[in-house]
Amino acid sequence: MDTILFIIFAVVAIVCAFNLVLQKHPISSALSLIGVMGSLAVLYLLLGAEFIAMAQMIVYGGAVMVLFIFVIMLLNAGTEKSSGKSWFAQIAGLPLLLAFVALLGVLIRGVLPPMRTVRFGSWVGGTAQRIGLMLFTQYLLPFEVISILILIAILGAVVLARKEIE
Amino acid sequence: MLHLPPVPLSWYLILSAILFTLGVAGFLYRKSVITVFMSIELMLNAVNLSFVSFSYELRRIDGHIYSFFVMVVAAAEAAVGLAIILTVFRNRGTLQIDEIDSMKL
Amino acid sequence: MNFWLIPLFPLIGFLLNGLFGKRLSKSAVNVIGIGSIAVSFVYVVIVLSRLYPLDAARSEHYFTWIQSGFLQVGFDLTVDRLTAVMLLIVTGVGLLIHIYAAGYMEHEGGYYRFFSYFNLFVFFMLLLVLASNLLLMFVGWEGVGLCSYLLVGFYFTEDFAGKAANKAFIVNRIGDFGFSLGIFLIVVTFKTLDFGKIAASVATMPVEAAAGTLTAITLLLFVGATGKSAQLPLYVWLPDAMAAPTPVSALIHAATMVTAGVYMIARVSFLYSHAPLAMQVVAVIGLATAVFAATIGITQNDIKRVFAYSTVSQLGYMFLGVGIGAYSAGIFHLMTHAFFKALLFLGAGSVIHGLGGEQDLRHMGGLRKAMPITFITLGIASLAISGFPGFSGFYSKDAILSAAYTHAPWMFWVGAFTAGMTAFYVFRAYFLAFFGTYRGHQHAHESPLSMTLPLIVLAILAAFGGFLNVPAWLSPLFPLAEHENATAMVISAAFGIGGIVLAVVLYVVRPSLAESLKTRAGSFYTLVLNKYYVDEFYSAAVVKPLESLSRVVLWKGVDKAVIDTSLVNGSGRVVRGWGALLRQLQSGSIRNYATWVLAGSLLVIFVLGLVGDAR
Repeated sequence: MDTILFIIFAVVAIVCAFNLVLQKHPISSALSLIGVMGSLAVLYLLLGAEFIAMAQMIVYGGAVMVLFIFVIMLLNAGTEKSSGKSWFAQIAGLPLLLAFVALLGVLIRGVLPPMRTVRFGSWVGGTAQRIGLMLFTQYLLPFEVISILILIAILGAVVLARKEIE
Repeated sequence: MLHLPPVPLSWYLILSAILFTLGVAGFLYRKSVITVFMSIELMLNAVNLSFVSFSYELRRIDGHIYSFFVMVVAAAEAAVGLAIILTVFRNRGTLQIDEIDSMKL
Repeated sequence: MNFWLIPLFPLIGFLLNGLFGKRLSKSAVNVIGIGSIAVSFVYVVIVLSRLYPLDAARSEHYFTWIQSGFLQVGFDLTVDRLTAVMLLIVTGVGLLIHIYAAGYMEHEGGYYRFFSYFNLFVFFMLLLVLASNLLLMFVGWEGVGLCSYLLVGFYFTEDFAGKAANKAFIVNRIGDFGFSLGIFLIVVTFKTLDFGKIAASVATMPVEAAAGTLTAITLLLFVGATGKSAQLPLYVWLPDAMAAPTPVSALIHAATMVTAGVYMIARVSFLYSHAPLAMQVVAVIGLATAVFAATIGITQNDIKRVFAYSTVSQLGYMFLGVGIGAYSAGIFHLMTHAFFKALLFLGAGSVIHGLGGEQDLRHMGGLRKAMPITFITLGIASLAISGFPGFSGFYSKDAILSAAYTHAPWMFWVGAFTAGMTAFYVFRAYFLAFFGTYRGHQHAHESPLSMTLPLIVLAILAAFGGFLNVPAWLSPLFPLAEHENATAMVISAAFGIGGIVLAVVLYVVRPSLAESLKTRAGSFYTLVLNKYYVDEFYSAAVVKPLESLSRVVLWKGVDKAVIDTSLVNGSGRVVRGWGALLRQLQSGSIRNYATWVLAGSLLVIFVLGLVGDAR
């Protein structure tokens, strides 16, 4: 069962990712990204990360992507027009990318030690309780810093997005 | 039900690698700034998957914590980044990445 | 005893006048400038009277200046009988000339500058004379050369003065190069530069084995003396140095600096005594210079130039003296020469001052009524330099010529003939200036007291200075070898008087005879008048080739082509080229940047993977 779920949602994720790259209109890309995030949430559940899966859907799918779509609609982003400026990226990009993914594949299969198999329910350690415990004991400092980061981000976003005062 | 052998963890990692590479591809090949930004989000998600996989492998919660932080930062970054895109759009009137190239020698 | 105080006062004078002189009044500058020399002179007298009879040298060691390997050079000052003579000359005659200068330079600009340079000169000269080792002496040696440059080029707005100053310094440097080589040889041979230690070493050295090295050393040191003391072939700077104010000519180019070469040879006489070949060279060059310069002096029309060539000639006498081993005779003549040559120059300066700057003998004449004191004192000086019996020059010149008679008679005859020429040209100048009718347009007047007083004092010294028996005083250092030779005395006196008589005939009794002789001599006369074209020869043979070598090879070739174009500009071009190439990276296109990032991270992961594999 886990295997089938994995295969289905992995394929969905990959297809949506391809769609993101290949679509012309930003809205389509945004929707594809939502699809990726959803599949990833299922995969997290398979891996026993309940809290993370939930956070993924709420934060990413619910907030970040909505923000993206709002901005796309606000700016009336249309279909893309091609220009000849970044020829280097377009030519050298593909071989580099293939080399990259091949390298990663080789490293994962060859270098890493043999790992477990994934079975849903074999590890139930990703509970909110445990995450909360870690956050407030061992990772307290990063937690506090992150909160300040968010504060700064809010201020930044508000300042930047304001209309100019005449 | 079919009895398929369970999935080794390396497949998750390979999936993560593929998603990441697709994110980079999007970054390199898309011309609209917002799409480039979305590719960045894709890359971050791929990394999150990698963290969670290793957390499962090592039976430790630390990977989840890192993943949590990545999410928070990604959210903050998305907010600020989009605000910047708004400003750039207001100043230059364009969303094509190739036309925002004045930081050069 | 604090010998260091002796040169200290002129140094203070230099600093005070140099730094603050601009704001001081002329009388303040005078007080500092003259006062420092006066104090120094008084202190010299005190020291010498306390050290009398000064049978042995007294040294004072102040601090170790250089300590390098085996070489140790200290800041040491020594006073012995030779030093005593030199100290008295430098400070005494120096004081008189300073007083004179206050009057002479009254209306000149840069008054304080003059006195500060003048004081600095005395400081260096005293250092030279007091030094216990060759290096400290060399400091003084170079220092006086520097002051000579500064003072010859005092009227720096005039082109000729600047060139003359350069000439003086550069020709000196050529001599100093030889001097330096001599010093290096001494360091290598004796491992020390202290006079006392070298003397002790030489006494124990095997004569034959060391002769070669000692000859080399002494010849090199003599090259330095040739430059500093204006002997053949490096004398060419002295006549041009007459561009300096007359007090400078008197002090530096007559009485003190140019005699430093003679002093040096006397100081290291223990080296020369073991190198007979070098001594012969010194004597011959000295004699040749004496004759050579005397012939030129006969034809010159500028009064200072006559005396300049006379200085060169008299220095030749001094070198003849030390060259034949009569060191004390040479130093004796150095002293009397300081008296009468300084007097000659100061007198000439008085004439020039009285005529408002005129220096050409052809525009003078009949000045004896307008400038009586100058007339009398210059007359005394002329008698002294001609070796007229009874005056100082007679005794000192006779000491040298007597020694020459016993050493090598041909030298005596040449020297005596030159003495005749000396008398002739000096009195020629004297008669042209003071007798006959006035050929100029100025209103001549006698000089002020500040100028005439030193003239009178020097005249007394020039007249009676011969009775200061210097050879006897110096006998502990330089054993009296020369005997008084009555025949030689008579013959040299006869030559001298003969020269005076000839001058009387040609310039007082029958001036037209002089003119007809001049035209009869024709081209030979022009040759001598133009100083045998030596300057022109040097210019063509040495100066111009050096200049063009410098310009063509070194400037255009090396500096412009190699250094400027290839190295400096070239490195700039290379950097710019690479910069232009690398600038392409900063295209502004974000996608290109991202591609590079990808490539870089690919490389990093690959390397990390390799490293991880190895582990």
